[in-house]
Parts: sequence; C-alpha cells; structure tokens
Amino acid sequence: MRSLVRLSAEGEGFVPPSSNDFNLPPIFGDNAFTTKPIVMVFFSVILISIFFIAASRKAAVVPSKLQFAGESIYAFVRNDLARDVIGHEFMRFVPYLFTLFTFILTNNLFGIVPLLQFPTMSRVSFPYVLAVFTFVVFHYVGIRKQGLGKYLKDIMFMPGVPKPVYILLTPIELATFFLVRPLTLSLRLFANMFAGHLLLLVFIMGGDHLFKGVIGLKLVSPFAFAFGIGLTFFEFMVQCLQAYIFTLLTALYIAGALADEH
Amino acid sequence: MRFVNLAEAGKLNPLIPHTAELIVGFVAFSLLFIVLRSKVVPMFEKAFKERTNAIQGGMERAEQAQLEAQRALVQYNEQLSKAREEAQTLREEARVQGSAIIEELRTKAQEEAARITATAQASIEAERQQAITSLRGEVGALAVELASKIVGEALDDQARQSRVVDRFLDDLEKSK
Repeated sequence: MRSLVRLSAEGEGFVPPSSNDFNLPPIFGDNAFTTKPIVMVFFSVILISIFFIAASRKAAVVPSKLQFAGESIYAFVRNDLARDVIGHEFMRFVPYLFTLFTFILTNNLFGIVPLLQFPTMSRVSFPYVLAVFTFVVFHYVGIRKQGLGKYLKDIMFMPGVPKPVYILLTPIELATFFLVRPLTLSLRLFANMFAGHLLLLVFIMGGDHLFKGVIGLKLVSPFAFAFGIGLTFFEFMVQCLQAYIFTLLTALYIAGALADEH
Repeated sequence: MRFVNLAEAGKLNPLIPHTAELIVGFVAFSLLFIVLRSKVVPMFEKAFKERTNAIQGGMERAEQAQLEAQRALVQYNEQLSKAREEAQTLREEARVQGSAIIEELRTKAQEEAARITATAQASIEAERQQAITSLRGEVGALAVELASKIVGEALDDQARQSRVVDRFLDDLEKSK
C-alpha cells in the first residue's frame, strides 16, 4: 500500500481505508440516532416485517411464489436449524432463531446492496446486542430447565471427569459459558463483516485512486475494480454464512442448556 | 475522503460499542422479534399444519376406502359361502324329504292295496255267503219240491222241512 501511495502522481497520497471509515456521521444534524447504520437497522426491521407478513398473510395450503419464498427461509430455520439441533422442544425457539437469522442476514446483505453498501453488523454494537440476547436466552433456558444450582454445577463440574481435572476444567468451562461464547459469537460476526467491508473498500477506493494516477496506473485500475467485484460475490457468501453460523451456534447453545448433561 | 480529519484525531477503536447503536439494536431486534413471532410464525405454522392435514387427510381417506372395500369383500365372501351352505342344506333336505315322500307314498300304496284286497276278499266272502244262503234256500226248495214230487209226501210243515233240508245239506257236506 505504501508503494502505491508513493507511486501516485498527485501529491495528496492515498489514504488507505481504516476503521474510521465505519464511523459514519449522523444524517440529520447532530442526532446520534440518525447515523447510517442505525437508519439501516430500522430499515431492515421494516423490510423483513413487510416481506414476511406479506408472504405469510394468506397461509395458503398451495403457496404463491411470495409465500413459497418466505416459507422456504422460515422452513430452513425451523427444520434445518431449530428442529435438527434442538430436538423435540424446538418450536419454542423458532421465533427467536428465525428473527436472529433474518435480521443478521438482511443487515449483512446490506453490505453489497447497491447504494446502501454498508454491512450494519460491522458496527460492533449490534453483534454485541445479539450476543447478549443469545447469552440471556440460553442461560435462562438452562436455569429454567434444570434449576440454578444444578445448571451451574453441571457447568463447573462436568460429570464423569476425575476430580483433579476440575482444577483445569472448571475455569475453562466457566470462561467458555460466560465469556468466550458471547464474545466469540459477536466478534466473529463483527470481524467478518468489518474485514469484508474493509477489503471491498481497499479494492474499490484503490481502483479509484489508481485511475486518477499516471497512465500506467490507469491500466491497472480495472483489475482492482474487477477484484472488488469478485470479492463482492465472495462477501455475499460470507454474509450468508455468518448469519447461518450465528443462528446455528445459538441453537447449539440452547440445545446444550436443554440437555441434561453437557 | 471525508473523514481524514477524524483519522487525524486518532484511530477509533472498532470494538468499543456506541450507546445509541446499542439501544437501537436492542429496540429494533425486539420489535422484529415481536412482529415475526406474533404475525409471521403462527401463519407459517398454520400453513404447514393445514398442508400436513391435507396430505394426511387424503391418505387417511384412501386408507378408509381401502378398508371399506376389504370389509365389503369379506362380507360378500361370507354371504357367498353362507348361500352355498344354505343351498347344500336345502338340497340335503330336499333329498331327505323326497325319499320320505316316496316312502310314504309306497306305504300308502301298499296300505291301499291291502285295503282293496281286503275289501275285495270281504265282498267275495259276503257274496259267497249270500250265494251260499240263497243257494241253500233255493237248493232246499228245489230239493224239497223234487223230493215231494218224488216221494209225494207234502212236507208242509216249515220246521220239519228245514230240518230235512239241513240234514240233507249236512249229509251233502259230509259226503263232500
């Protein structure tokens, strides 16, 4: 990157995209609630609600194309995520997992939707909130199912392990359940979206910058753009995958809390 | 680059959450959850259930029909075998009755024959008796007439006359 900066004909130099590019200013005045990510989150809620209400409104036995599309997504979360992972009690968690999946997916996909082009989940606050929801849900489920004492005991002292091993195992298990799980859940999503957006920024802004340079650099710039487009497809995959992983892990944690023994 | 000055103000740590975003994330997600749970999930579940019912109902109806058909078949077979049995019994009965009738007719015919024979014998006997009686009278009269003509002795007395005839007949019988 530095060499690019040095090569550029203009004296200004190339400023590589950084984490500061994710701090977007409020759209209306100084109101902190009108930044682009916040507006996009609300937009996603409206979008998802309208789509699924329209798709499910008739609840026909023979579905229309719209209903079929909505039903496919719903059935994917319901059957392939909730039912297969959680088991017979899955129906209670379908609304939560369904909301989680559609919410993350939509906000991730905003990253490659023209004009929006910003993955909301690259703002770490949103993954944090979602991880806290999941954290509360799976612990609550575990405590409700097994009682606070037994639930904590099962976490701290995994049954069927020789006693001295607890010296090692107990801190690890405690950290896993109360720190690692919510942190990895949120940071995985955040980091993927953040890095993906940064990559796209590098290639597209870099291509733009190259195009402004001398003739030799102008010839290189289409490759940067092409790579940016290629990476957009890659990003699409990552965005879907991350929504899936977040939901799958949540389902797994709930299943673990419901199971009698870990 | 619009945010160059921001960058110069110092790198912002991307891991530090924004209060406003936290609130919005919480509110937006909760809102979406409420909407999806109350409006979307029940409708999809309803559609799934109805679809399952429709498919299951069709299958159940088919099963029902098959069952009914089978039941009808069993019933028909039963009726058929019953009818066969009945026919067999009827035939058997008819045979028995036929032989009984024949037997009865035979006995009746024999009886009739016996009766006719008896009647004929009786009438023959009666006629014989009658013939004997009339013969006896006539033969007596003829014999008396003949004897009186021959002997010339008028046997007017009835009692004597019959005594004479009886003696005659007895002799006749004895000589026989």
